[in-house]
Amino acid sequence: MSLALSLGTAVAVAATEGAGEAGHAAAGPSALRLAVVAALVVVGTFFLCVGTIGLLRFPDVYNRMHATSKATTLGAASMFLAGFVRFGPFGAGLTSLVGIVFLFVTAPTGAHLISRAARKLDVEMYGEEE
Amino acid sequence: MNAPELYHLVLVACGAIAALCALACTYRVVVGPTVPDRAVALDTISTCVVGIVVVHALEADRSFFVLVAVMLAIVGFVTTVVAAKYLTEGAIIE
Repeated sequence: MSLALSLGTAVAVAATEGAGEAGHAAAGPSALRLAVVAALVVVGTFFLCVGTIGLLRFPDVYNRMHATSKATTLGAASMFLAGFVRFGPFGAGLTSLVGIVFLFVTAPTGAHLISRAARKLDVEMYGEEE
Repeated sequence: MNAPELYHLVLVACGAIAALCALACTYRVVVGPTVPDRAVALDTISTCVVGIVVVHALEADRSFFVLVAVMLAIVGFVTTVVAAKYLTEGAIIE
């Protein structure tokens, strides 16, 4: 809550500063862009925390994988999206988009492989063990 | 506090929280009752590190580190696949 408030004040302060500097050549990214970057990074950190809490708290391998493979992918993809917003549509921004696509393709694949390995190793599901 | 300072503060705080998440995942690596648990925890740590590197690229304003993050994601995926294959078959290359 306080974080959202401080972000709002950051946008307001930056807007007034930007109005003062409108005559000069823009050195660096605009304040609105920086605010969007900060908000996306905060969202990504939130999802990383959710994935970690699920990894620590859930009872068996399959539940933990369910928690981490989705939430953590979304968190890292949000951070990559922040990189796209910050570094523009070409160059490193394009690399960020490639990173998002790569994460969305590989994370489910890896989770599926590990869960199949767990099934072959006869790891019991929660509530199934004697 | 003006806007650029707040921006850097938010980015540094988010990077620190992501690093704490990666540190918390090591609990599951050390304690985890089964071997697939450890593999899942290592995969989560690699994803957390990718996020930390992207945050560092934003905070230091060096776009080069985005490429480093993509490379780390590739290495993490290969690690996960190799770990799963080793767990199922006992050999990586027959």
